[in-house]
Amino acid sequence: MKRASSMVLAVLGLGVWAGGAAGETIRVGVVLPYSGVNADLGSQMDKAFDLYVRKHAGDIAPHKIELVKRDEGPGATAKTVVTELITRDKVKLVTGFALSPSAIAAAPVVTQAKVPMLISNAGTAWITQLSPYIVRFSFSMWHQAHPMGSYSADKLGCKTTAIGYTDYPPGKDAAEAFRTGYEKAGGKVADVIPMGNPAQVPDFTPFLQRVKDAKPDCFYVFVPSGAHSAGLVKSYGEVGLRAAGVRLIGTTDVVPDNKLQDMGEAVVGAIVMGAYAADLDNPANKAFVADWTAAYGADAPPDFMSAAAWDAMAAIFHVIKTLDGKLDDGAKVVELLKGYSRKSPRGEISIDPMTRDVVQDERAMEIVRKADGKLGTKVLGVVEKVKDQCKELKVGRCGQAGN
Amino acid sequence: MAATDEIAVAARARRFLAAHARLRPTEALPWLVAVAAFFVFPDRLTFGSQVLVMALFALSLDLVLGYAGILTLGHAAFFGIGAYTVGLLAARLDWTEPLTGLLAAATCAGFAGALSGVVLLRYRGLTLLVLTLSTTFILQEFGNVFDRVTGGYDGLPGLSFSPVLGVFDYDLFGRTAYLYALAVLFVCFCLARAIVVSPFGRSLVGIRENTARMHSIGAPVHGRLLVAYTVSAALAGVAGALHAHTNAFVTLSVFDFENSAGVLVMLILGGTGRLYGAFWGAVVYMVLQDSLAKFSPAFWQAGVGLLLIVTVLFARAGILGLVEAAGRRLRGGGP
Repeated sequence: MKRASSMVLAVLGLGVWAGGAAGETIRVGVVLPYSGVNADLGSQMDKAFDLYVRKHAGDIAPHKIELVKRDEGPGATAKTVVTELITRDKVKLVTGFALSPSAIAAAPVVTQAKVPMLISNAGTAWITQLSPYIVRFSFSMWHQAHPMGSYSADKLGCKTTAIGYTDYPPGKDAAEAFRTGYEKAGGKVADVIPMGNPAQVPDFTPFLQRVKDAKPDCFYVFVPSGAHSAGLVKSYGEVGLRAAGVRLIGTTDVVPDNKLQDMGEAVVGAIVMGAYAADLDNPANKAFVADWTAAYGADAPPDFMSAAAWDAMAAIFHVIKTLDGKLDDGAKVVELLKGYSRKSPRGEISIDPMTRDVVQDERAMEIVRKADGKLGTKVLGVVEKVKDQCKELKVGRCGQAGN
Repeated sequence: MAATDEIAVAARARRFLAAHARLRPTEALPWLVAVAAFFVFPDRLTFGSQVLVMALFALSLDLVLGYAGILTLGHAAFFGIGAYTVGLLAARLDWTEPLTGLLAAATCAGFAGALSGVVLLRYRGLTLLVLTLSTTFILQEFGNVFDRVTGGYDGLPGLSFSPVLGVFDYDLFGRTAYLYALAVLFVCFCLARAIVVSPFGRSLVGIRENTARMHSIGAPVHGRLLVAYTVSAALAGVAGALHAHTNAFVTLSVFDFENSAGVLVMLILGGTGRLYGAFWGAVVYMVLQDSLAKFSPAFWQAGVGLLLIVTVLFARAGILGLVEAAGRRLRGGGP
C-alpha cells in the first residue's frame, strides 16, 4: 500500500520533472497530543497547522508540503515518535510539541539527526538550550509572568499580591517569574499557594479562602487553560474575592479565548498578561480570525496556542520558499530562522538569534463586557519586544551553559 | 510401608516439577521472532526496544499477578524507582555505566518492594488495589515536591550513559538499544522461568488458587508473597532502568496511572500466569497502539479498548490461552 502510493508519487514527480518545474514534496512531522487529557491543546494547534497549509499551499509552488501527524498523548514516547518520523518518514522538520517533557525527550534525537524542531507550545524556559536545532515560536512562562510582576506593581496598584499556581513546571515557573519581577518592582508577596496538580481540577474554595484571609490587593494565578481555568474563575466569584476587592490577575491561560464566553460575570475586570487574544486589533490577526471563523465557526475561536502554531507553520513556509525546497541541511534552516521576523496575529514577532527563542510584545489585557454583550479583551498597555527573561536573567537552569 | 509411600510421593512430586520445568520447543519462538525482527525491521528498532522494555515490565507483573494472585495497580512505582535510580545516578553522581546501573535499579526497586510489601501484602483484593495505586501517587508527588533533585515533570533531560560493556554506543537507529534490551530481557526471563518452575513457584500458584489451604498445610504464605513481590519489584525496576537507558530521559510520568494500567492490559491480552503471555501481550498491545495511533492519532484508544473487551469476554486466558485451547483441540484432547 505504502509502496504503491510512493510509486504513484514517484510517477507524478517524474511527470512534473518532465514538465520542467522540479517540485519537492517536503514532509513535516507534527507531534501533538491528539488523545488523552491534553487533546484539547492539540486540536487548537492542529487546526492552525491545517488552516495555514490550506490557505497558503500556493505560496511554495511548485513544492508541496505533507504533514505527518503523530500523537504525543498517553502511551507515546516522544523519543520513539520523533526518531521514527526522521528515520522512517524522512521528515525534514518536526513541529508541534504541546508538552514540555516531549520536547525535552526528543531534543537529543534532533541534535543527533540534525533536524530542526520548531516548537509551537512547550513552554519550559530552558528547552531551547537543549539542542542547537530547537527554535521556539510560542513562549516561556517568563515571557509573560515576569513583565506582569513589574506592571502590576507599577500600573495596577497591586501593593500586596497572593500567588496561586497549579503545582507542575509551568505553574512553578509562572509563580517564580512573577515573584521575581514583582518583588524587584517593590511589591510584597502575601502568600504563595500551590493549587493541586494538572491531572484533576481541584475544589479551589479552600485555596481562595486562604487568599481572602490574607486580604491582598491582587491575586496572581496560573492554571492550565480549560477545565482548570473555568473552575477557578467560578470559585473566585463564589468565594467573594471579587466582591472583597481582590483583583484577579494572571497569565492568558486563566482566560483562554475558547472558554471565555462560559465564564460569566466573575471574570469581568480580571487582567492578564500575554502575547495573544482573539480580540487583538491588528490586520494580521483580523485576517487570521476571519479565516479561522470561516473554517471552524465562530464558537471555537483561536487562542494563543493556535497563534503560535500559525506562526511556526508560516516560518516553515518561509524556509521552504527561501531554500527552494532543499531542506536537507538542518543547520542551514536554523541559521535562516535566527533573526526571522514576521507580522503575526500577535503583532511583530522575531526569533532571537542568540537563544532561538521568540521575541514578542506582551500585553496587559482586561476582560470586559463588549457592546454586543459578549466577553472580550481590552488592551491596557504593552511591554514591547520581550525576550525570555529566564535566559536574560540567567535563572537556575537557564543560566547554565547551553548549546 | 510408610517409607516406600513417602518415596513414591516424593518421586511423584519430582516428576511433577520436572514436567513443568521441561523446555518446550515452542519456547524458542519468541526469541527467534525478536532476533528476526532485528533484521527484518532495521528502521523500527527504537520502537522495538520499547516493546522489549514493556515485555519485561509485564513479565514482572506476571510474577505477582499471574502466579501469586496479588492484584496490583501500582506496579509503575517500581518501574519508576528503577528509572529514577539510573537517571539520578547518571545526572547527579555521574554514574553512567549501564550494567551496574541495572543492578542498582534492581536493588532499590527490590528494597522498595520489600518495604511496601510488608505492609501492603496484609491486604487483598480491592483494598490492595487502591493501596498500591496510592503508593504510586505518593511517590509521584514526592518527586514533584523535590523537583530540584528529580527535575519534576520536566524530568531529567539529556542523560548520557556509557556505552554498553564499554563498547556499544547508542545510535540513532536504536540498534544497540534493541540488542541491549533483548539481552537483558532474556536473562530476566530465564530467572523468572527458574522461579516459576521451582517448588517456590508452585507454592505461589497454590496461594493464588487456595490461600486458606496453603495456610492449613503450614506454608508461610505472607513470607512467600513478600519474596515474590520483592523479586517482581526488582524486575520492574530493571525494566524502568532499561526504559531510562534507551530513552536517555526520565520524567515523573513513569509513575502515571496509565503506565500501571497499560502493563496490566498487556498482561491480560497475552494471558496471565503464563510467562510468555507477558511477551506476546506487550508485542500485540504496542504494535496495535502504534499502528492505530498512526492510522488515527485521535481515536486509537477506542481500538485498543475494543480489543480488551473482546479478550475479556471471549478469551479470558488471553492470546496464549487461545493458542493452548487450539492446541488441545488439535491433539483431540477435549475442549
